Amino acid sequence: MTDAPNTLDVAEEAAVLAEHQPIIVRRTKLGRIWFELKRAPLSAWFGLIVILLYLIAAFFAPLIAPYGETDLVGGPFDPWSDQNWLGTDQLGHDMFSRLIYAARNTMGIAVLTTALSFTVGGLLGLLAAVLRGWVDQIVGRVVDVMMSIPQLIFSLVLLSFLGTSVLNLVLIIGILDSTRVFRLTRAVATNIAVLDFVEAARLQGEGLLWVMTREILPNILPPLAAEFGLRFCFVFLTISALSFLGLGIQPPAADWGSMVKDNATLIGFGDPTPLLPAGAIALLTVAVNFVVDWFLHKSSGLKE
Amino acid sequence: MNPLIRTIVQRLGFGLITLFVVSVVLSLLVGVLPGDFATRTLGQAATPETVAAFRREFGLDRPPVERYVHWLGGVLRGDFGTSYSGAGSLTGNRRAVADLIAPRLVNTLFLAGLAAIIAVPLALTLGLLAALYRNGLYDRLVNLITLTSISSPEFFVGYILALFLANDVYFQIFPAISSVEPGASILDRAYACALPALTLVLVIVAHMMRMTRASVINLLASPYIEMARLKGSAPRRVIVHHALPNAWAPISNVIALNLAYLIVGVVVVEKVFAYPGIGQLMVDAVRNQDVPVVQGCALIFAAVYILLNLAADIVAIATNPRLLHPR
Repeated sequence: MTDAPNTLDVAEEAAVLAEHQPIIVRRTKLGRIWFELKRAPLSAWFGLIVILLYLIAAFFAPLIAPYGETDLVGGPFDPWSDQNWLGTDQLGHDMFSRLIYAARNTMGIAVLTTALSFTVGGLLGLLAAVLRGWVDQIVGRVVDVMMSIPQLIFSLVLLSFLGTSVLNLVLIIGILDSTRVFRLTRAVATNIAVLDFVEAARLQGEGLLWVMTREILPNILPPLAAEFGLRFCFVFLTISALSFLGLGIQPPAADWGSMVKDNATLIGFGDPTPLLPAGAIALLTVAVNFVVDWFLHKSSGLKE
Repeated sequence: MNPLIRTIVQRLGFGLITLFVVSVVLSLLVGVLPGDFATRTLGQAATPETVAAFRREFGLDRPPVERYVHWLGGVLRGDFGTSYSGAGSLTGNRRAVADLIAPRLVNTLFLAGLAAIIAVPLALTLGLLAALYRNGLYDRLVNLITLTSISSPEFFVGYILALFLANDVYFQIFPAISSVEPGASILDRAYACALPALTLVLVIVAHMMRMTRASVINLLASPYIEMARLKGSAPRRVIVHHALPNAWAPISNVIALNLAYLIVGVVVVEKVFAYPGIGQLMVDAVRNQDVPVVQGCALIFAAVYILLNLAADIVAIATNPRLLHPR
């Protein structure tokens, strides 16, 4: 009799507690992402914010830029002024507006190329890991030959045969870069392909596509995601280098690499304006690298 | 036969096969890929007769295998064919590809050599220090700087140097345009290509340092190093007797990889400083679709690349007896 109210109290208390503060905190997906973000280092935050700003510039370019991409608004090489914040380029386009529009062109083409590289390289890598045998041998040897020529040199050769256009640029860099994706995908997928659950799925009679996409792919996603960031940086730098050499994205489309090339004469007069598009390239690459570093740290549990 | 010599000969053979395959790819691409170079080079207005003459002169009318054998035979004798530029004009101002490449190759090798001589010892020392004092303030600072440096395109680094070191607004120390006279002395040459060399050094050192740091950290984490430490060896002895003999292979790999990177970086840097090297030649040839010149330059770049990787392989094998007896 003396114990009864006490036990009731405890039960009540537990119920109240459970209602307000569950012992195992179950977070929604968004909540989990926010939880990780709160503990992310400063460099990762910096990277994420920079990438976000670039994306905003790319998507809302017409709203942000004071002038159009190809509007002639002044004489060639006008200095910085109230009308043209960063002056004008060699033809009289507004530098600031071109800088914003270039985010769209340069980043868009780089993302497209990286996506192509991952589709081709990832698919072939998975196929080689699952099928092995002659498929693996043939693709592997072709990749060996492709990688025995430096990538920039190989793309220069192909560009000279095919001519310079955006489509050729995306195809050439995408295919050449897919060799690296193939190597990585094959290496990590081979480790998974020999595990018991993959064999079970095969014995169960699942098709090739199912085994590749449902059994193996989910297990190799973290390294592939990190690689996507790194490959994007590499592709982005290669395209910028080609544009700088005058063989990449062609005018009148605004692009950071060719903006540097076209305005480089200003450097000789001590005007740092041409460094801005070059710096824009460097800043984005640094930002992506920071985020990838943090992601690798998280997904591999790497502790130095 | 000595197993070491046998392995080296094997690797050399493998490198030659790779080079052969590369040359086949370079030659056959011309025939397989779309695009008629005759009309493209001569212009739309060319008469069928001139086009036919052009195709005959450059062997475009012959089957690919015959064309390849002819080209390879020439290359082996040091004849890379004739440049398309000047073809079709009445004056017939023909230029042999080898004559175009030779002086520029010397310039490029000088630039790359200068950069390598400065960069390699600097990067190895800095990388080793970063690995030994890892997670310290120095390591973190260096990590941040090198990450920024490898993320920047070469022309960004180059133009920053040009703005501050070759400009009367700031400091006029080095020439912004690296023109080289044919008979210039070594010191004059070195002064002329100071800025391009410095740019390459900054980019290469960052890459090489990070890789050196990673491979040394990897090495220091191995069990035999821990064993040596636990049995009470002096730190110097641990480094010199236990770590160093095993470090040659990764270090030679790092050097080869980065020198290979150097020959690619050269293409962009030469453009920044208008340096008359083989990279500039190739870029101009690509723009004009001057296929023989592109082929010649690409073959040289590929050969250097393969050679460097081969050298790293051989050093790795020579310093690590275990690699001589693959299972």
